[in-house]
Amino acid sequence: MSSYILEISNLSKAYPSGHKALKDVSLQVERGKILALLGPNGAGKTTLISIVCGLVKPGPGSIQVDGLDVIRDYREVRKKIGLVPQELSVSMFETVWDTVTLSRGMFGKPADPVYLESLLRDLSLWDKRKSKIMTLSGGMKRRVLIAKALSHQPEILFLDEPTAGVDVELRRDMWGLIRRLRDNGVTIILTTHYIEEAEEMADRIGVINKGELILVEEKETLMTRLGSKNLTLELAEPMQQVPEALAPYNLTLSKGGAQLVYTYDSHAGHEISGLLKALQEQGIDYRDLHTRQSSLEDIFVDLVAEGI
Amino acid sequence: MNHHAVKAIYHFEMARTFRTLMQSLASPILSTSLYFIVFGGAIGSRMMDIDGVSYAAYIVPGLILITVLTESTSNASLGIYMPKFTGTIYEVLSAPITPFEIILGYVGAAATKSVLLGLLILVSARLFVDFSVLYPLWMLLFLVVISVTFSLFGFILGLWADSFERLGIIPTMVITPLVFLGGSFYSISMLPPLWQTITMFNPVVYLVNGFRWSFYGVADVHVGFSLAMITLFLVTCFSIAWWMLRTGYKIKS
Repeated sequence: MSSYILEISNLSKAYPSGHKALKDVSLQVERGKILALLGPNGAGKTTLISIVCGLVKPGPGSIQVDGLDVIRDYREVRKKIGLVPQELSVSMFETVWDTVTLSRGMFGKPADPVYLESLLRDLSLWDKRKSKIMTLSGGMKRRVLIAKALSHQPEILFLDEPTAGVDVELRRDMWGLIRRLRDNGVTIILTTHYIEEAEEMADRIGVINKGELILVEEKETLMTRLGSKNLTLELAEPMQQVPEALAPYNLTLSKGGAQLVYTYDSHAGHEISGLLKALQEQGIDYRDLHTRQSSLEDIFVDLVAEGI
Repeated sequence: MNHHAVKAIYHFEMARTFRTLMQSLASPILSTSLYFIVFGGAIGSRMMDIDGVSYAAYIVPGLILITVLTESTSNASLGIYMPKFTGTIYEVLSAPITPFEIILGYVGAAATKSVLLGLLILVSARLFVDFSVLYPLWMLLFLVVISVTFSLFGFILGLWADSFERLGIIPTMVITPLVFLGGSFYSISMLPPLWQTITMFNPVVYLVNGFRWSFYGVADVHVGFSLAMITLFLVTCFSIAWWMLRTGYKIKS
């Protein structure tokens, strides 16, 4: 058994309009992890997910799920996959129970009311099982979509912008649910353009921009590798320019010379004491100091800007 | 065969039928009953027998088919157009099912409804008109095959249509004229020779004649030829529907 549950190799996709949605994308996803695909709108996130799930025809390249080809072995592959689409696409006139039962059957599983009950209870939908979907709130409808995607107990769950238009409380609930699924061995692949979501949820992060997968990294590695820290010193006396003696530290001035900013690698923190000592030697006094770690958002903005 | 999927789609679609029972069954039965009263009772009594069959009885098979054809088309087209319209088609596309299984579920449900409807009209017609069915098994076979064929046609229409307007226009502008001009209310031999020839290009002629033959043993066209033509339409419609799903025509970019 391959340790990767999803392996995409050199996948490209051009739509009939000529728009190149994906350019030579290769991606491997480990079993039981949460991968967040981060990218601005129109970057190709949804196209990538849609191709794996069978909604969009693939271009050149290959996709394997659990060692099986998504085209040749599509029956086996699709039984392993659950998809929560971005749009709230639900049949308004059906009841929650009926639509979830339909999904389970459609994915080739025999009826299992006990499992469906526990699923609906887990998603706080049990009390609404006899309600028509049109009577539910937006957040509830999104839960129904999740219940449908999980109705056949998939091994991989794709969530396309799962918390778009969802209030803060429900977003927290959903994050909790996604973590529980991961703990039960389900591999989660979610797309988002909320950096906070990727930072909060993901084990690994992939960044897509203009159809290209710019990088895929463990979240922690990404943060350490690309993350930098700023030490800001509030000077007692503003200065015009950084003294020659402090040149090795690459300091910058801001707020009209009132602040001195030192940018350093997060695992090279020991140089701070050197800097502070040098400041003392130069007789530069400061009233306050604070440090700030760059967030995933800063990293992301940098990456996407580089890609342009 | 993913029989769970076929069963799930079939049940889901049948539930849709029963949820809108009044609209699905009652209104076609009512309008057909009105036809029987007007054409069969009022006007029919002044008409001559055709091929030894009273006019009121003569039009029974045609009237059943008018409803079966239009209902098969509109029901099957709506069954697949709605998921396209609301976006729930994503689930069909991402499910482990073959085009054949999708057709079996959707078209099977639409055809079941049409057969039930046809039989109900048959029973209600008996309240207005005195007639008997000479070959009941043939009648049932024709009813089933015609229902399946036109449900397939409706399914193709639903896949093709990209607006409600287009969805509605085919039953009104194509099916209804073909049915009216297909010998539902008259024998083709009553037409001038040129029109007799033109009429033979109308597929509905073969359906009506085959179906009517099963009632009274009389037809303008040989029953074997009728059956062959109906089978040809069935195979053609199935092939087109299968091809559309296979290639993702209008549903997959």
